[in-house]
Amino acid sequence: MKFDLNNDKLYRMEHYNMNLTVKVWRQKNSKDKGGFVSYQVKDISSEMSFLEMIDVLNEKLIVEGAEPIAFDHDCREGICGQCSLYINGKPHGPWMANTTCQLHMRAFKDGDTIVVEPWRAGAFPVIKDLMVDRSAFDRIIQAGGYISVNTGNAVDGNSLPINKDHADASFAAAMCIGCGACVAACKNSSAMLFLSAKVSHLALLPQGEPERKSRVLNMVAQMDKEGFGACTNTGACEATCPKEISISNIARLNKEYLFSSLTSDK
Amino acid sequence: MTWKQVFTSSVGKKLVMGFTGIFLILFLIIHVSLNACIWANDGGKMFNAGAHFMGANVVPRILEIGLFAGLILHIVQGLMLELSNRSKRGIAYASDYGNRGSKWYSRSMGILGTLILLFLILHMSDFWFPNRAHQNFVLGEEIDLYAKMKTTFSELWVVIVYVLGCFSLGYHLAHGFQSAFKTMGVHNKKYNQMLTSIGYGFSVIITLAFAMMPLSFYLSWLN
Repeated sequence: MKFDLNNDKLYRMEHYNMNLTVKVWRQKNSKDKGGFVSYQVKDISSEMSFLEMIDVLNEKLIVEGAEPIAFDHDCREGICGQCSLYINGKPHGPWMANTTCQLHMRAFKDGDTIVVEPWRAGAFPVIKDLMVDRSAFDRIIQAGGYISVNTGNAVDGNSLPINKDHADASFAAAMCIGCGACVAACKNSSAMLFLSAKVSHLALLPQGEPERKSRVLNMVAQMDKEGFGACTNTGACEATCPKEISISNIARLNKEYLFSSLTSDK
Repeated sequence: MTWKQVFTSSVGKKLVMGFTGIFLILFLIIHVSLNACIWANDGGKMFNAGAHFMGANVVPRILEIGLFAGLILHIVQGLMLELSNRSKRGIAYASDYGNRGSKWYSRSMGILGTLILLFLILHMSDFWFPNRAHQNFVLGEEIDLYAKMKTTFSELWVVIVYVLGCFSLGYHLAHGFQSAFKTMGVHNKKYNQMLTSIGYGFSVIITLAFAMMPLSFYLSWLN
């Protein structure tokens, strides 16, 4: 979707207020069956973020003595990877390359019904309402998404020559904020885009070289253990990623895995 | 990491699908090339000579065993992966994802593959099985396969099923061709773009060439 100022549904810039019906997934805890509850929200400003709209709804619920909606959020600047939400069938909502906290209410118009669901994946169980347990990602990182030595302070710029293309590709992969939108969008609930970003990030740099083989093998094994699906290269993850991580990282992961499994001693 | 661990991991299973897929693509090239001999329009002389070379020669017959092994591996692994992947969501979404970033056929490889499998059962019971049974499954004399094609493709419903089977194969290839190379680790942009274009071209050629064969008989374009 290209930036289009004429498309008033997506990029209407002037301020307006709207009344909305928000259909939210409510679930008391991980054991509860859960279900959708519809709420009416009034006088929502087009300049609010999506999370601020839920804040307004929550304040209303608290005043009414009801349980507020639980949802993940932290920086609200699009960089921490905490916010999630499957909004009208799209992880992080209708805008491309965008997180839920940076989705503004001008993406909607007066009278809209918005359906909000948590990320759905067996490996991301719902904790409460819209919050899911994404600690599976932490355990994948713990399986090898690091370098074991302390690299110390930043060294002089050119003391360790790094191919510019590799540095750029590594940086692009390191943009991954681990939000899990790739898993939410994938028909197989596969975590391959996340994993491939983490593997590519380190495999392309000299600091990642000593543990290159064991890293990819251990991280793939952990990903499988967590219960994510396998990748079928459909491309839905790439189109959904708020940081536009390229699917070419998945092909690089496949190469790393094939090479490492064929040449590792174990 | 043992070989078993390598090929039973999610990436390893994809690699099996990719390698067997490329192997089956190579078979398709041989199959379509040989079958194209029907268009020599010489009453099946050239086609039957080609079929005889493939059926009565020990080398292609040994390769045939490899082809079956590859085919069965691709089918069994594919169906198991599809079932496993479908089970990973848990609770389904209430709203549809739609088609952002993915083509419908890339999301439907399991269904397309199943349609191809059903078509293959019909196709093999039409040609491969009667022919090999006639040979007593060794290097005996084949049946006149050209004449067999002519009679088989004289019925409209058979022609329709074959054409639909070819289109299922075409869409399966449109995703499978380029996906197999990505699975094998081709990540360079220029190669990926080239392979995607070749894949689309290959799918169109294979679909049209195979679909034209039953039509050519049905519409009496051939002697």
